[in-house]
Amino acid sequence: MAGWLMAGPSLAILAIFLILPFFLAFGLSFTNQRLISPNPTEYVGMRNFESLLGVGTLTLEPLRGENGDLILEDGAPTYPRLRGYTRNNPDYPHLNGMREWISWTWGENRVYVLASDVVFMRALVNTFMFVLIVAPLQGALALGLALLVNQKLKGINAFRAIFFMPVVVSMVVVALLWRFIYDGQNGLLNTLLAFLTFGGFKPVDWLGNTSTAFGAMIAMSIWQAVGFHMVIWLSGLQTIPEHLYEAARIEGASRWQTFVHVTWPGLRNTAVLVLIVITMQAFALFTQVDVMTNGGPIDSTQSLVYQAVQRGYGQQDIAGGSAISVLLFLIVLSISLIQRYLTRERT
Amino acid sequence: MPSRTPETRATSLFMRYAILVLVALIFVFPLVFMLVSSLKPSMQLLSDTSSIRAFLPVGDISLDNYTASFARAPVALFIFNSIFVTSVTVVLNLVICSMAGFSFAFLDWKGKDVMLSIVIATLIVPLETIAIPLLLVVNNLPWIGADGIEWGWLNSYRVQIVPFLSDALTVFLFVQYFRDLPRDLIEAARIDGASWFQIYAKVIMPISGPVIATAAILRFLAMYNQYLWPLMVTQSEQYRPVMVGLQYFFQLNTDWGQVMAYLSMITVPVLAFYLALQRAFITSIASTGIKG
Repeated sequence: MAGWLMAGPSLAILAIFLILPFFLAFGLSFTNQRLISPNPTEYVGMRNFESLLGVGTLTLEPLRGENGDLILEDGAPTYPRLRGYTRNNPDYPHLNGMREWISWTWGENRVYVLASDVVFMRALVNTFMFVLIVAPLQGALALGLALLVNQKLKGINAFRAIFFMPVVVSMVVVALLWRFIYDGQNGLLNTLLAFLTFGGFKPVDWLGNTSTAFGAMIAMSIWQAVGFHMVIWLSGLQTIPEHLYEAARIEGASRWQTFVHVTWPGLRNTAVLVLIVITMQAFALFTQVDVMTNGGPIDSTQSLVYQAVQRGYGQQDIAGGSAISVLLFLIVLSISLIQRYLTRERT
Repeated sequence: MPSRTPETRATSLFMRYAILVLVALIFVFPLVFMLVSSLKPSMQLLSDTSSIRAFLPVGDISLDNYTASFARAPVALFIFNSIFVTSVTVVLNLVICSMAGFSFAFLDWKGKDVMLSIVIATLIVPLETIAIPLLLVVNNLPWIGADGIEWGWLNSYRVQIVPFLSDALTVFLFVQYFRDLPRDLIEAARIDGASWFQIYAKVIMPISGPVIATAAILRFLAMYNQYLWPLMVTQSEQYRPVMVGLQYFFQLNTDWGQVMAYLSMITVPVLAFYLALQRAFITSIASTGIKG
């Protein structure tokens, strides 16, 4: 009795505000639920998922004139208009309503990958890219920092405290400050690069270019969170017994050998933890996008959570937002299961 | 092995510090820029970014941006809201989660193991993935107010507080800590006829300082820096916390000096708090990792 009473408040809150919405997300993703709507909610089957995930390919031959020659325009072959295939074409029902996602030239032909929801696809790919780049890079940099502050030097605690500082600053604040660093005209980064190259560097609008915006966001995200994982590595480093290092010294091991044969094996569990934590945090990418770019330029910095919020909150399309949430959760779940499998204890 | 002369040792020491200082500069420069810029008029702030002056308090230095930002937005209200929501949530969360942790660690009850595994399973559900359906849930919850029962929690303090009164990580931290405590403490108190609640309040909590500090710091950071949730649930300014209140500075023409002053005001107290207690902060993060 006492047991239920004492655990009760915590369990009730988790049930109402975490587990209920979690199952609701699954249920709602098969409906057309809106936040506020005059019409009753209807079951729509897989429609939300189909409209998010629908992809198709189409290969088009170049247009030819009556004599069979290619019709050239500015020296390049021309192709039939895509809209002829994706707008109510009875021969291509599976492509109806889709838009161009990626396309390339294959011999004479033009190959199109079409998607029902191009913005969502961008968000999906970006989120994966973000995780794939941030998880190893931030993990490695954090380990480097941990090794730096694990030295026995006077005042090392002060450095440790400074490296950790951005972690306590809100991402909202960090993202705004970095807008000044990345600014296209007078940005601090442009100023620094111009100074280092004696004025030879041409200013770049880091957040305004499709080729640099996402990388800029990644660099800033690592800057903000790397101190957190430095501390986790550090606690792992400090569990490695001193006598192992002494043994390595006596054997005359080089610094690199010591790292490979003593330090790294001792960090195994920490490495698993760091990787999982960074991966989960990286999948939740939202604040940076909202504060810095709103997903632009040309959707180059979209993310899944940003898309879920845009639909579920911005357009009050709870069902669409829930469908994205469900997909995100399934991705996070499978990734953490895969990670756990790959990093399992081998006996 | 080459023998090391005092000179090479001194050089190596110098190199080590040089690297440390360089890395430290990378981590502090945006914050220095923020503080220094908050003292400058907007025009000067923007032109100063093209030189080292961006980091120096030179030129037309004043506190005008701070007074102006108070005039521009209800800054005091936002700060109050943040402090109120954060402190109430942290305190109640610690009470609720430590009781649950106590129950899981020391008491026997039917379904305990299943419940604990469910709680731990929720660790991998980030708030971001349930934020949208949670919005629907809070929009349909009842509340007994001054005028009887009302429906919907949007635009209130409770919508920012109640959903966060329990979380798997905090429960888990308490369970871990309690399990390592000596069991004879409990048994002695039981023999003396103390109730479970008395044991929790009088025996266990007084010796749980370290885990309370850890959980409090983690909760404090998570709550104060929250953005997505308050952005969705506080449309009226009356309940907005500082991070969402920032939007006021971007309506119409943005005055970057005022933005910097506002950012400084909402960040410096946290930084000062952190620097004063940095050992506890760092130990608390480390302790979440050690057992993982």
